[in-house]
Amino acid sequence: MSVFADLEPLLPLVSKPIQYVGGELGAVVKDWESAAVRWALMYPDAYEVGLPNQGIQILYEVLNEQPDVLAERTYAVWPDLERLMREHGVPQFTVDAHRPVGDFDLFGVSFATELGYTNLLTALDLAGIPLRAEDRTDAHPIVLAGGHAAFNPEPIADFVDAAVLGDGEEAVLQVTAIVRAWKAEGRPGGRDELLLRLARTESVYVPRFYDVDYLPDGRIQRVVPNRAGVPFRVHKRTTMDLDQWPYPKKPLVPLAETVHERYAVEIFRGCTRGCRFCQAGMITRPVRERSITTIGEMVANGLEESGFSEVGLLSLSSADHSEIGDICSGLADQYEGTNVSLSLPSTRVDAFNITLAEELSRNGRRTGLTFAPEGGSERIRKVINKMVSEEDLIRTVVTAYTNGWRQVKLYFMCGLPTETDDDVLQIARLAHEVIRAGRAATGSKDIRCTVSIGGFVPKPHTPFQWASMAPPEVIDRRLRALRGAINADRSLGRAIGYRYHDGEPSLIEGLLSRGDRRIGAVIHRVWALGGRFDGWSEHFSFARWTQACADVGVDLDWYTVRERDATEVLPWDHLDSGLDKDWLWQDWQDALSGYEQDDCRWTPCFDCGVCPAMDTEIQIGPTGRKLLPLTPV
Amino acid sequence: MSRKPQPEGGQAPVVQRIRLRYAKRGPLRFTSHRDFARAFERALRRARVPIAFSQGFTPHPKISYASAAPTGVASEAEYLEIALQAVVDPAVVREALHAALSPGLDVLDAVEVRAAGSLADRIDASRWRIELPGVEPADAQRAVTAFLAAAEVAVERLTKQGMRTFDARGPVVALVASAVPDEAGEVPCAILDLVVRQVTPSVRPDDILSGLRVVADLVPPVPPRATRLAQGTLTAGGEIVDPLDADRDGAVVGEP
Repeated sequence: MSVFADLEPLLPLVSKPIQYVGGELGAVVKDWESAAVRWALMYPDAYEVGLPNQGIQILYEVLNEQPDVLAERTYAVWPDLERLMREHGVPQFTVDAHRPVGDFDLFGVSFATELGYTNLLTALDLAGIPLRAEDRTDAHPIVLAGGHAAFNPEPIADFVDAAVLGDGEEAVLQVTAIVRAWKAEGRPGGRDELLLRLARTESVYVPRFYDVDYLPDGRIQRVVPNRAGVPFRVHKRTTMDLDQWPYPKKPLVPLAETVHERYAVEIFRGCTRGCRFCQAGMITRPVRERSITTIGEMVANGLEESGFSEVGLLSLSSADHSEIGDICSGLADQYEGTNVSLSLPSTRVDAFNITLAEELSRNGRRTGLTFAPEGGSERIRKVINKMVSEEDLIRTVVTAYTNGWRQVKLYFMCGLPTETDDDVLQIARLAHEVIRAGRAATGSKDIRCTVSIGGFVPKPHTPFQWASMAPPEVIDRRLRALRGAINADRSLGRAIGYRYHDGEPSLIEGLLSRGDRRIGAVIHRVWALGGRFDGWSEHFSFARWTQACADVGVDLDWYTVRERDATEVLPWDHLDSGLDKDWLWQDWQDALSGYEQDDCRWTPCFDCGVCPAMDTEIQIGPTGRKLLPLTPV
Repeated sequence: MSRKPQPEGGQAPVVQRIRLRYAKRGPLRFTSHRDFARAFERALRRARVPIAFSQGFTPHPKISYASAAPTGVASEAEYLEIALQAVVDPAVVREALHAALSPGLDVLDAVEVRAAGSLADRIDASRWRIELPGVEPADAQRAVTAFLAAAEVAVERLTKQGMRTFDARGPVVALVASAVPDEAGEVPCAILDLVVRQVTPSVRPDDILSGLRVVADLVPPVPPRATRLAQGTLTAGGEIVDPLDADRDGAVVGEP
């Protein structure tokens, strides 16, 4: 039942065929017949992006550790192979054993970004699975969405059978148990009964069991269950005690080149810094740390299993781990003199980070450091709750220069709520100041900074979920003015790199992020018009999206630049991230008045609602333990 | 002239060199040379091979590759050389690297370097087997006859330098067509057995197929499957000698 014999003759005709053949270290091929429950897991982007994805790797391993469960992976195929697969009748396949995705019990798709929605449709279509969930029969897999975008799956409600919110480790095992039991009983009640059993867990959202009513003005009136036993609200899952879940243990090591060639350890999950634009920080609460000793064991084992020479210590704000100093110096000691390099992405703007970076760069060169002040003016940083003073920022960057770093990258956003032209122009002044101070402190002209700008997209379950987006023309005008302001001083401007994205893709991401079920028709139309890989600028077409909106009668502005008021029913209100809607509204009001919110790890609880709603608690150290020297082999 | 600054300490000296023969088989024939190089460096770490590193701020493991088969072409005879900072048993290294690479990237042989001359010095020709599913053996035979009868067969290929035209006939030492033993009802499949000299630009199986199209309009209906069976020193008798033999022979000579 492998389709490899049909696929193989097509591979010499496509670019980078290695991405379709599997054979990675850590990959698992199990016997089909003896598996009671079979999962196909998809990251709906190209292999080079999807393979390193932590979520898929973790679930793949957790599922395959179950003796009677089989999990394989599939990724979005590039248009060159898609065309050949259609021509030769080759279905969407898994890379592990090249089995047709349509043969599995469950098809789990992890959405890190909404721009992967059109790729879901391609995969379903190639798999021979009806695009619309209502057209599927008992012969088709249950299509299950996960990942951060699943916190508002309404735009893809037509296409998925179910969605799971939050951490996946335990959720996939619970779903597996339900499917296993239903199959063992002889599939009573068919697909409908299985979905009902999943919905009754109160942590699996089955869109078909909810009706959405609309007001005459287009806003949602209400969302209510249409079946007995289906909960009014579906709750997110939270994996507590990460030391009990030290995955990936056997990381997947690809032959193809991918975006990250490293062993990644999540050093903690969740973040309570409270940056108001950050959906990840809001929906993954509370903070749960991995202990220093588990991190040390995972790094040692991960390097051994993979042969990688780079280790990434990942989280939403890695320098915030309660024992990050000991972790960095301990790992630097253990790997000193080897060719292993350590990296700490996602760090705050403060001098402590430079101390950490110095520890981590003992083996390597001081190539670049990244800081994310996010907002150009002090005023806008108060709005987004990114508490960095200009003085701190400049002092931190200058410290980096004087400690031997030549290149510093600064991340900002454009299009933030209440933003004015001046807020954006302040980025230029800040960058000039950084170079001027850096030159003075080092006495060298050989220092650079890169200003990198991302477009702000308001996300569900954040204080900015009510905000209006700035139209792309406004964004593009501000970005052009910023370029002019940076280059206004030619001496300083020469030392400053400038990278940005146009406003148009952000607007579409905004449509998909806060869309409701009526957006499904737009996604379907875009896909029918040839939309694929919308997260890639060379494939994204704004004209295709606006045409699709016009074709199906959706007002793009109504979904994006319109500000919502306190009473509006939001499309995701029946999906429970634990955050109290009143608290979110208060935080939105605080944003508008520039009132900052502290972090609940070191100040009293500010009642965001997550811990009591989810029966969870902050899990942080310090444990007081240390990393011991590695025993020589 | 000022010297480039060097990091303190420096790298351990090279005390041993080992040459390996490896295969690229089945689906993993789609591994590109760059893909293989990354996988091999990771395998060196997993297998804890005491590889030597170059000097400088970004030390690189000392690995040198002999000419690599193109992406999509299988091989039973790829060669590389590694420099080590500690002496190890080549057989142990072979086994450890074989286990550390994905199945399909198989390490077949390892010998310590004993004789003079680089790998490249000992490789001047390759033997290839090209399967042509869907091609009638008689058609293949006609094309081969026409190809061999020509004094020169100009073919084009897109290289890094752009489209280049070169002669595919000159470097061909031998080209023989045969048929896959008949299996009733199966699609026909011709086989080409090819020996070609290493020249610049290199003439590869796809160039020979371009040549067969030029001289006899032979166009396989599906992509052919090529495998490098051997590469090494071409003898007067047309045989290819394994480039590791000289080191093996050197070992025999050197032992008491």
